[in-house]
Amino acid sequence: MAVLPMKKVLIVGLRKNRKQMLELLQRQGVMQIEIRKRSEDEQDPVFEQIDTTGIRTTFEKNIILANQSLQVLDAVKPPEASDGGLFAGRKKMSLTDYETNTRKRDRIMEMVYNIQTLDKKRNEIAAEIPKTQMQLEALAPWMDFKHPLDHSGTRSTKTFIGTLANDVPEETILAGIGREDVALDIISHSPEQTCIAVTCLNKDANEVEESLRHMSFARPAVSGDVPSKQQEALTVKLERLQSQDEELKNKIAAYADRREEIKFIADYFRLRSDKYEVIGGLEQTDRVFIVNGYLAARDAASLENLLTTRFDCVVEFSDPEADEEVPVALKNNWYSAPVEGVVASYAMPGKGEIDPTFLASIFYYFLFGMMLSDAAYGLIMIIGVAVILKKYRDSIEPGMRKTLTMFQYAGVGTLFWGIMFGAYFGDLPAVIIRTFINPSLPADFSLAIWCEPSVQPMTVLGFAFIVGIVHIFFGMGALAYTDIKQGKPLDALYDVGFWYLLLIGAIGILINTDMVGGMFGLHLNLPASLILFFEILALIGAVGIVLFGGRESSNWGLRIGKGLYALYGISSYLSDILSYSRLLALGLATGVISSVFNSMAAMVAKPPVIGPILFALIVVVGHVLNLAINALGAYVHTNRLEYVEFFGKFYNGGGKPFTPFEENTKHYRVSE
Amino acid sequence: MSGLGLFFAILGAALAALLAGAGSARGVGMAGQAAAGVVTDQPDMFGRVLILQLLPGTQGIYGLLIAFVAMNNLGIMSGNPEVSCSLLKGLAYLGACLPMAIVGYISAINQAKAAVASIALVSKRPDQFGKSMLFPAMVETYAIFALLISILALNGVGAI
Repeated sequence: MAVLPMKKVLIVGLRKNRKQMLELLQRQGVMQIEIRKRSEDEQDPVFEQIDTTGIRTTFEKNIILANQSLQVLDAVKPPEASDGGLFAGRKKMSLTDYETNTRKRDRIMEMVYNIQTLDKKRNEIAAEIPKTQMQLEALAPWMDFKHPLDHSGTRSTKTFIGTLANDVPEETILAGIGREDVALDIISHSPEQTCIAVTCLNKDANEVEESLRHMSFARPAVSGDVPSKQQEALTVKLERLQSQDEELKNKIAAYADRREEIKFIADYFRLRSDKYEVIGGLEQTDRVFIVNGYLAARDAASLENLLTTRFDCVVEFSDPEADEEVPVALKNNWYSAPVEGVVASYAMPGKGEIDPTFLASIFYYFLFGMMLSDAAYGLIMIIGVAVILKKYRDSIEPGMRKTLTMFQYAGVGTLFWGIMFGAYFGDLPAVIIRTFINPSLPADFSLAIWCEPSVQPMTVLGFAFIVGIVHIFFGMGALAYTDIKQGKPLDALYDVGFWYLLLIGAIGILINTDMVGGMFGLHLNLPASLILFFEILALIGAVGIVLFGGRESSNWGLRIGKGLYALYGISSYLSDILSYSRLLALGLATGVISSVFNSMAAMVAKPPVIGPILFALIVVVGHVLNLAINALGAYVHTNRLEYVEFFGKFYNGGGKPFTPFEENTKHYRVSE
Repeated sequence: MSGLGLFFAILGAALAALLAGAGSARGVGMAGQAAAGVVTDQPDMFGRVLILQLLPGTQGIYGLLIAFVAMNNLGIMSGNPEVSCSLLKGLAYLGACLPMAIVGYISAINQAKAAVASIALVSKRPDQFGKSMLFPAMVETYAIFALLISILALNGVGAI
């Protein structure tokens, strides 16, 4: 439960060692380097900055080209074995291998350019093929025409070639032309169009053309040589294009074995681009350069040792100033660390705040478990994560490991609540017994150690509210702790102490009433003296809040007004507590959807052989679906309870996360 | 008129599945369009935007759940419907289903609007995924409350 203590670092090194030193820092990945670009008019008599934008643009372009080439390769020849996908993480590469590969960079880039050129050609062909196919299609209705399509007649005759809309019979066309001395040739006809050639004497040409126009005669979409010759040429062209495409595809596919080299080159330029970003922000002279930054105090000695033994340099550590914005990294024990990601995606702790990870983790697995609440699902999560972590133990990235571990621990919570509520794939055990073994199993058969939420929803709802109250009280306690730590114990009393009194008193009074107590089946009839005690507690709390809730105002009228408004905040506590009813609702959703699938399976289970198979099929598919949907729901809503109801009480965040200068690569991780 | 009670009870169950399901269908559709738009440019965002797309889908599940509980209580699932269900009881079933039906429909669509905005957020700031999930989840709170009331009411109606 802690924010890691940070040190400021100042490294002064010789410029001839700059490359090696920065690469060492990058591989170590323990130091956040402050990059400060000077403005244009900022001059320094001794130090200068180098403009690295140009060279970085080239690197970034190469990264894009390499990634595009990988996509081209994947499209032409998909990778054979999946490399573990999401969980596998980056492959390790030794420094010697890295240096060997680095020497091949020009050859690899040449290959990347080649792939790009080949792909460009393929794209051109890919555009040409459908064009040729369309030309062939347009030609099809004219195939029976034995003359060139741009044939316009002989010395003394004129020929009109074209189409009429719709399927027009010969007589209608002749009637439309209105004369006998023409030669009509119907080349083809379909419901959409009729292709015709009309030949007449030169002297009649105008008249015939005019009457054809009245029938909406149109010039054909194709022209040129005899259709059959055209078709032949186009077919040859199409075949040539297709074989060219195949050839290009094979040429590209031939590079598939060298995929890893392209992955390497993408990473290589990523490393260099990041390095040059740092170089661009350094202050340097002809001989020396200065690196400023932060690192965790625990890494200070080892980094200093590493740098000073290898290079001539000065490494200085100092404690950050009190008002300095120090980057934040979290450090927690095995139980809490998996929840760090949840905290980080809300906000890192700001100045003077405590790390809320430990507090959040106390409840996280418990709340998650109550929402998913199925022993079998919990076991699946525990075992599933264990298998993944074992399989990829060498290469999995730390962040992914944390997330998976969080789900594993949440699985323990789920297992616990599943046992309490007696849910093992919902009511599957009862359904199996009823369907296959003993149809007369009593309806109230239950495996629950405590109770079934669907049978006693009010009990579980009451318990959910109690969990909410405890959770919220913890949050308020954390605010009091922060206040006291920051030397403001009175704030802790005003903002937390009085509220504790008021809320405990109010709950004590409410639980004894018929309305609230009765709802949960409680008829406590507490002794009058205890009720009086609760009333006094509530009264002290309320008066305290009215008097001190608006203490920042010096005007007493305003102060009391603000105090009364603060007291009105009790309604927000009410809605916060009600919000925990989702613990019951989501738990019920898991259980009821399970039983929906189980009953569906039971309905088809009657016929022999095929019945049990269908039963198993529906159960497996149904529960996979249910687990996926409800695990997502439990995750989202646990986060919500932590973020809104819990963090809302004490935690603001606003710290900048610690982002060390490290290997930001995708495929390989280079290590010493 | 006998059987009218059963009619209203089934109407309630049907409305819960129908309205909440329709809301979720619209919601998931809206979010899906936004998600597909993001994936055209950033295929590696698929996993994240898919989760955001799914968020407005829960109302449909809750509606199904209420319909199922109601029909189960009515003996329809076991092929033995409670024909003698009084008109009062039937109307009580209908009333019990309405929170889930109506709130389910409206919250699914509004949750989808928040999900669409969150998908846009994640496409520009992938590191903000954690927060982006919360905005739609806020809307879902009310669907959960409605679910809770519907379940509690259905439980109570059985005693009529």
